[in-house]
Amino acid sequence: MDEAMTTERIKFYQTGTFTAGNRLLDEATRTVQSRLDRTNSLNSGHRACQGCGEALGARYALDAAMRASHNQLIAVNATGCLEVFSSPYPESAWQIPWMHSLFGNAPAVASGIAAALRAKRRDDVTVIAQGGDGATVDIGFGCLSGMFERNDDVLYLCYDNEAYMNTGIQRSGATPPFARTNTTQAVGEHPGNPIGNGKNVPRIALAHGIPYVATASVADLHDLERKVTKAIGVRGARYIHVHVPCPLGWGSDPAHTMKVARLAVESGLFPLFEAEFGKIICSTPIRRKVPVERYLELQTRFKHLFGPPQDTEALAAIQAMADDNIAVYGLME
Amino acid sequence: MERTPFAITLDPNTSLANHTGNWRTIKPIYVDRLPPCNHACPAGENIQAWLYHAEEGAYEEAWQQLMQDNPMPAIHGRVCYHPCESACNRGHIDEAVSIHAVERFLGDQAIAQGWRVACAPRTGKNVLVIGAGPGGLSTAYHLARMGHQVTIHEAGPQAGGMMRYGIPKYRLPREIVDAEVARIQSMGVTIRLNSRVDDLEATMAEGRFDAAFLALGAHLARRVEIPGVDAKRVLDAVRFLRDMEGAARPKLGRRVAIYGGGNTAIDVARSVERLGMEPVIIIYRRDLGHAPAFASEITEAQDEGVQFQWLRRIAQGDESTLTVEEMALDEQGKPQPTGRFERIEADSVILALGQRADTGFLRRVSGLRVREDGTIEVDGTMMTGRPGIFAGGDMVPGEQSVTVATGQGKKAARHIDAYLRGSAYVKPEAHEPATFSRLNTWYYTDADASKQPLLNLVRRRSSFDEIVGGLDADTALLEARRCLSCGNCFNCDNCYAVCPDSAVIKLGPGKRYAINYDYCKGCGLCAEECPCGAIDMVREVK
Repeated sequence: MDEAMTTERIKFYQTGTFTAGNRLLDEATRTVQSRLDRTNSLNSGHRACQGCGEALGARYALDAAMRASHNQLIAVNATGCLEVFSSPYPESAWQIPWMHSLFGNAPAVASGIAAALRAKRRDDVTVIAQGGDGATVDIGFGCLSGMFERNDDVLYLCYDNEAYMNTGIQRSGATPPFARTNTTQAVGEHPGNPIGNGKNVPRIALAHGIPYVATASVADLHDLERKVTKAIGVRGARYIHVHVPCPLGWGSDPAHTMKVARLAVESGLFPLFEAEFGKIICSTPIRRKVPVERYLELQTRFKHLFGPPQDTEALAAIQAMADDNIAVYGLME
Repeated sequence: MERTPFAITLDPNTSLANHTGNWRTIKPIYVDRLPPCNHACPAGENIQAWLYHAEEGAYEEAWQQLMQDNPMPAIHGRVCYHPCESACNRGHIDEAVSIHAVERFLGDQAIAQGWRVACAPRTGKNVLVIGAGPGGLSTAYHLARMGHQVTIHEAGPQAGGMMRYGIPKYRLPREIVDAEVARIQSMGVTIRLNSRVDDLEATMAEGRFDAAFLALGAHLARRVEIPGVDAKRVLDAVRFLRDMEGAARPKLGRRVAIYGGGNTAIDVARSVERLGMEPVIIIYRRDLGHAPAFASEITEAQDEGVQFQWLRRIAQGDESTLTVEEMALDEQGKPQPTGRFERIEADSVILALGQRADTGFLRRVSGLRVREDGTIEVDGTMMTGRPGIFAGGDMVPGEQSVTVATGQGKKAARHIDAYLRGSAYVKPEAHEPATFSRLNTWYYTDADASKQPLLNLVRRRSSFDEIVGGLDADTALLEARRCLSCGNCFNCDNCYAVCPDSAVIKLGPGKRYAINYDYCKGCGLCAEECPCGAIDMVREVK
């Protein structure tokens, strides 16, 4: 390809910017995941279920972090699926310095490592703490809030699959309204998770006024890698909340992991945004808007909403949540 | 044994020891599928492959790929009615890829840059081709590439056949025909002009030809008698379009009517219009919906002022008028007379009622079977009943077009080559079709088709200048990039990225991928997220 064409920034119609790679683009502008030399921080042979969104989200985020930190990185893992499926004794799928302590203390351990590095005058090493939504929004929440308010130099990655999947699909503070879990069965007058419960941790992180908060989705690899890379370049407490479908817990086809995650974004139910020091600075616009039913109908955890009879009230309430997100985050610009 | 720390009994190990591939019940396999454009192309072009090169701006490579199948891209980019675009899957998303426009761009580039193709070493075999139209030229070209010596005998004063004597200049400038013919000649093909063959066997014996390909075309016009109209005022379309190529313009009256509803009728009408005569009326026995002419041709003709009298039959005429009868379509779509008549002013009539091949002289050749309608019967290898004599183009039964003839020329050349070597050409098995439902269109950027510039109406009605312009390099590049690469991997890295088990191996730039079945759990994400449908999930056989 001649030089004029690469420098001219012509639109790449065939692959756009949506596929992982693109033979028409120069190497520097492709995703980390499309690179021959990606680190595969989470290696093959791990025991995650078929089509695991969390395994994917973790590799996406950590490979990008490895590249951005020139492989100078330490990761602390909370208890959860990610920890269990990656490190059954004596095997490990991790190809990075990786450490596990307890369910609820990953942010505290990471804060400690950051302090130790500071004491050793090592400012070239990035500390990452990661966990599922259970460890993040429920069990480790106190430690997380502490890490935020002290502005410890840690990037916290939450892989949100919206319930405790490892222990058998119990409801967490991140489980969406109406979803069936083993502790919120689809029975009775108000089947599934009660509406009005739960918490929005990205917004809580935002309220701490920390340097960087973002939401990301496995369905948008370019966006996810960009946010992780940006976060690595920032000092202080950072938080990225990654939406990762769980075929087992959500009752979706393992082949549909990307599709489900994509529909969550395209329906407006999972808004993608970035914030700095407590202020939202930008959001990723919806490309092809879809009604929430398109997202919900692929998951058996919402099967009870489709009846018979169809729970139009619940569906309308979920649609209202999506519409609210679209308005609040400006997703339809 | 090495000492392990307190309470640790096993040595540390990697997860690679755990072959999760044994969880699998279905497995992904990479496939190649037949894209709809390639499938629809009468010339058998590998359109997707040449677009792939064009996407990178590798125009000469694209052109070389195109030339594997079609020796006249600049001509086809202009005159082919592009069934590839009707079949294009992108049409379901926004608009079909403007394949003909890119083909034309490549063809024009080749002429401007003087690109050439390579020929195989000489075989010493000698082939006679009769007719220098698209079929004959195509066969000659392919045979020359295979190393055979080819001589074309052409009855007319110039090469090109219907491309010169049937298609008006405003659609196909003659310098384009000249350039593509000259390139074929430069490969060692001899064209003898004004050389009508009357005795095939004698010509073959005289020139010591090992095989022959007949591509005489269809030059005899079908005629009807119009009571009351002097035969001198009734022309036929073949004659008219041929005369348009000569120095003297055909003699016409003041008001011209064209009888017929095919593309030839439109070509004639638009040519007459350009001679300054108006109004030009096309009279056709059926309606717009049943006219064999392409809708785009009809629209362009209407834009230029050509008038249409649908559902009319010419019953009779006199010096300055025609009496036409109104027709009505029956349930089978056949026109039936209604008994209602009207008169229209017209002092000349050009008949565009179809053509047939002038193959009478071939009846003398033993083994050749000439049908009632003048066409020659051929078998699946394009060979006539006489071994070593092949035929194609408008003179064999079937669809008639420049591209069909070009495709038959290629096919015949392959079988002639096999015949000359004493073997048989076996067509490679076609892949399964790449259907639209197999695509994951999320990954393709929205992009409307590029528009070719059109000559303004005033110039169109007053000159024979080419009416459709070409794409420039930038637009052609973008247009090529609109290709979805249906059914064939284009190295987008999606499968490699979306595998949660890192079980897709990237083989290197442009080398595609392989599955590491030791770890592939068979989740199917790669197949689901493949934009072009190049991965199948198949049952695991243990």
